[in-house]
Amino acid sequence: MARITYITNTDESITLEAFSGSLMELAVQNGVPGIDGDCGGVCSCATCHVHVAPEYMAIVGEPEEIEMDMLELNDDVDEYSRLGCQVQISEALDGITLTVAR
Amino acid sequence: MNNNRRASQFDDPFEEVREKAGFGEVADQDDPVMMLLRLKDVRKTAHNWKTFRSGATPGRIVVPSEVNIRETRQVPFEVDPPEHTDYRALLEPWFRRPNEQAYQEKLTALVSELLDEVLHRDKVEVVGEFALKLQSRALTLLLNVPMEKSETWISWGTHVFRSEGEALDAGKAAILYDYIDNQIENASRNPGDDLYSVLLFADYQGRKLTREEVKGVMVLTFAGGRDTVINAVTNSIAYLAEHPEHLERLRNEPEMVGKAVEELVRYFAPLTHMGRVVSEDTEVCSHAVKADTRVSLCWASANRDAGTFEKPNEVVLDRKINPHVSFGFSHHNCLGATHARQILRHLLVGLSQKVSSMKIRNYEENIEEWGEFRRKVGFHKIEVAFEAFTK
Repeated sequence: MARITYITNTDESITLEAFSGSLMELAVQNGVPGIDGDCGGVCSCATCHVHVAPEYMAIVGEPEEIEMDMLELNDDVDEYSRLGCQVQISEALDGITLTVAR
Repeated sequence: MNNNRRASQFDDPFEEVREKAGFGEVADQDDPVMMLLRLKDVRKTAHNWKTFRSGATPGRIVVPSEVNIRETRQVPFEVDPPEHTDYRALLEPWFRRPNEQAYQEKLTALVSELLDEVLHRDKVEVVGEFALKLQSRALTLLLNVPMEKSETWISWGTHVFRSEGEALDAGKAAILYDYIDNQIENASRNPGDDLYSVLLFADYQGRKLTREEVKGVMVLTFAGGRDTVINAVTNSIAYLAEHPEHLERLRNEPEMVGKAVEELVRYFAPLTHMGRVVSEDTEVCSHAVKADTRVSLCWASANRDAGTFEKPNEVVLDRKINPHVSFGFSHHNCLGATHARQILRHLLVGLSQKVSSMKIRNYEENIEEWGEFRRKVGFHKIEVAFEAFTK
């Protein structure tokens, strides 16, 4: 199991627990504000953009090219940006903090 | 009108030009359009609102241009940031209602009732007797108005104010505009909890919206989701009629419905392209473009770009990575996308649960002509026989 914390645009901290699924699915199922997941997780809408806590970036990994292309046209992008739909939850992510992009 | 191609096959007419030049040219009422065909160019241009404007003369970013048939600015479609950002913030919560449980229960019932109407018949003309009805009835949910209102909208026929590939029709536009004026007037006298009333009493930048702004939002809501939803619904039915194995798969793997909707929407691209007006001399796709000329973002072509999509001309129903642009891209992405996605998801679920097979009897394709390109966008008519599913 992994404990995952989302920091919203209003600085609210929401901690959730999950065994599987994606970071987007977990957030949408629990109504985390700012993560919409409109396209259901196929990397088409970029409404699940999060900033990964730097110390977890090596575990989460860099985005693949198609995800990178989506992110590069996002105004709030940085080196810790990922689309939540493309990151699968595993125990390795236990304790991670994600900041919801603006 | 039928040829050897299967009814649900939608060829990509842009491939060769997309790969060689990257853009095509479309003549339109002395205001030509440079049509961008590659996914990356389409995205970059959509994102760069400062150079590629939507807030031009009302009707000019639409191809064919509507500048000669309307003056009302569609909101927020024909507005740029920062005003666009404030309009979107005001409208987003309302247009995200389709994700709510109660809304979806109504959609489930609506699809189910409509399927029951067609299941016992020998054949059904899907465009007029199914897709138009589904689109119109579902629109009552988006507007939060009584279901009876849809009867008027259905009586207007499939095109609110233009016929695909045919001359613009100012007469049809007047029907819609007069109707909306009346509805806004009624809402101002007897406010309720419908979209007209919500807009009339909304706060925008510390003031109320003007009647003209309310009208601009309503015209967009009616017109933007009409042909597009009708085509998506009709084409999806045609596809599943010719691919019963996929209907079967949706029945057995309902969790796949979300991905299937995205893939069908990618493949069909119900809106071929949308224009922008260039604000300064610049370059796009290694080609100089002048200020005050038009470019268009060809969603249909971008969706088949082999640089991003594997097997771009195949429907891969559970395609996992699918960054299509059928709902546009960046600031101006489709405001009605949440509603459209839910209609299609509920349609696929309803079909998989209630229909065992569908047979296409006859059809007439709707082919658009854009300069050298001929693109099938849907059907003028398609007759289908539905066979009920019995467990």
